[in-house]
Amino acid sequence: MLKDLTQMSAGETGVIKELLGGRGFVKRIESLGIREGKRIKKISSQFFRGPQTIEIDNSQFAIGFGMAKKIIVEVDETK
Amino acid sequence: MKLNKILLMGNPNVGKSAIFSRLTGAKVIISNYPGTTVEFTQGRMKVGEETPMVIDVPGTYTLEPTCKAEEVAVEMLKEGDLVINVVDATNLERNLYLTLQLLERDIPVIIALNMWDDTKHKGIDIDVKRLEEFLKVPVVPTCGLSGEGIHTLIDRLPEANAPKFKFSSDKERWETIGKIVSSVQKITHRHHSFLENIEDLSVKPLTGIPIALGVIYLTFWIIRFLGEGLIKLLFDPIFENFWLPLMNKLSITLSENNFLHTILIGNLVNGKIEFGKSLGVLTTGLYVPLAMVLPYIFSFYLLLGIWEDFGYLPRLAVLVDNFMHHIGLHGYAIVSFILGLGCNVPGALAIRLLEGRREKFIAATLMAIAVPCMAQIAMIIGLLGARGGRYVLFIFTLLFLLLIIKGIILNKFLKGTSPELLLEIPPYRIPQMKALLKKLWMRLFSFLHEAVPLVLLGIIFINLLYALKIIDFLAQFFSPILTGLWGLPKEAISALLIGFLRKDVAVGMLSPLNLTTKQLIIGSTILAVYYPCIATFLVLMRELGIKDTLKSTMIMLITALSIGMVLNFFLP
Repeated sequence: MLKDLTQMSAGETGVIKELLGGRGFVKRIESLGIREGKRIKKISSQFFRGPQTIEIDNSQFAIGFGMAKKIIVEVDETK
Repeated sequence: MKLNKILLMGNPNVGKSAIFSRLTGAKVIISNYPGTTVEFTQGRMKVGEETPMVIDVPGTYTLEPTCKAEEVAVEMLKEGDLVINVVDATNLERNLYLTLQLLERDIPVIIALNMWDDTKHKGIDIDVKRLEEFLKVPVVPTCGLSGEGIHTLIDRLPEANAPKFKFSSDKERWETIGKIVSSVQKITHRHHSFLENIEDLSVKPLTGIPIALGVIYLTFWIIRFLGEGLIKLLFDPIFENFWLPLMNKLSITLSENNFLHTILIGNLVNGKIEFGKSLGVLTTGLYVPLAMVLPYIFSFYLLLGIWEDFGYLPRLAVLVDNFMHHIGLHGYAIVSFILGLGCNVPGALAIRLLEGRREKFIAATLMAIAVPCMAQIAMIIGLLGARGGRYVLFIFTLLFLLLIIKGIILNKFLKGTSPELLLEIPPYRIPQMKALLKKLWMRLFSFLHEAVPLVLLGIIFINLLYALKIIDFLAQFFSPILTGLWGLPKEAISALLIGFLRKDVAVGMLSPLNLTTKQLIIGSTILAVYYPCIATFLVLMRELGIKDTLKSTMIMLITALSIGMVLNFFLP
């Protein structure tokens, strides 16, 4: 199922399908290794539309809510 | 090949400074959070007969910079003769992006595959030989903190070369990286370690917020416990038992009321030397920085060092991000404020980590107004704490409220919005004792070396102004504000004057005035708010530019003027 990063719940995993937003944003976030095709795990989200924490490979990142909305993830099915 | 300048470049928090320190023997601050180095540091190393300059460049993810610290990094590239690209071995794929960009340039590169020791317990296996074949430059596994691999790195410097790769797009770069990584790296799956479980707990809000409150409370409790303990058990006894008898002898030899006595010993209070009040270079001038401030500086930086090296700061930034947006900033600005609690100068330098002019302005102004440095805090605790701990707590609450109110106002009236947080969170690492002590010593040394002379200078300066009757004139001139609006004796002008130089002595200057508790609260608050010390001011000028610094200063002065009035009016 496709979800944006803010809609994922903590512990969910998936693969990044698309980065919405302008070229500047995409370039910046890609240089961190957050890009299409990468496996991603949601770690936590802060209250009141706060930053979202994710894990890619061995790195963790905190991403502001608005930016996180632009990261679309194909979420793994859970049994 | 002639080597003049070697650049250490790499992603943030991959250990460039640790390697720099190994190569040059220079002492630099090393911590576990991205952006520890915001300014380039340089030192010399030995390669055979040559002693080239090594430059520790601030970390960057890309050669297309997104903030000031990254801009500095890219600018440096033009001047270098060789790049040591420091790569985090536990994050090969992400790190290789910058590596490829560097390999496209016309500059020789050698790669230090750092944090090599971490790969083993993370279940990562990298085939270094194959990686070399792909990248066509030497790759040397290193561990900056232990020094492993550094010799090999130096030995292989002459092999560095510039393969000048060509890529037409980012897509091609990432595809190449994908190919490299899948063929050189094997990852074995393993279970979460204990530290990793704590990592997760400290960024989940339900557990993270209580943890943060606990950390903050515990930290301040320990700082106070250590600071107070050191003063009572070590520094006060030394001054009372060893220094005072010496000073008494000197006082008799010089005889009171002579100019040299006034400068060196200061005024006698009821015929006796009082270290807190006499205002001589050898009495108050030494007692304030060494016996009142140093113990707190020591305890603060000890604790700060532990949290920095553990990797807690970025997590705190995530938790406070929401709150910080209300005051026009994002979470990472907390690093500025926390460093500012030690000394406003590094705090002001850390505003480079923030993206835009608006954020920098807000962060700098709020820090200058509402974040007193440890030297000032120690003096407030020393003077006001003697009258009751609740008064100290009152000042801190007041400053915190000022931070929020000023922040909300600035956020409302300045055009634009605060940018969003985008931050790499490093793994927790157990701090290493040796590195911790080294960093603590560097910070203490810089206090002794830079602050103490200023304190002494300030005391001499103020004594001269008294002798030349300039203080009397200024006191008269400003008495409508000092006495009329703030309810302070007009002699408090000396504290405000010295406050431009050092905030600790400035608070100390309030001591001989025999103020009431209310006056002491007002005086200390105004000294905290009205102006940063000269050292901070100079950094702000450089970071914000003259125009924004002047604007910021106006806000500080107006805030000081009004808060003094409000307190004078409302406090019983």
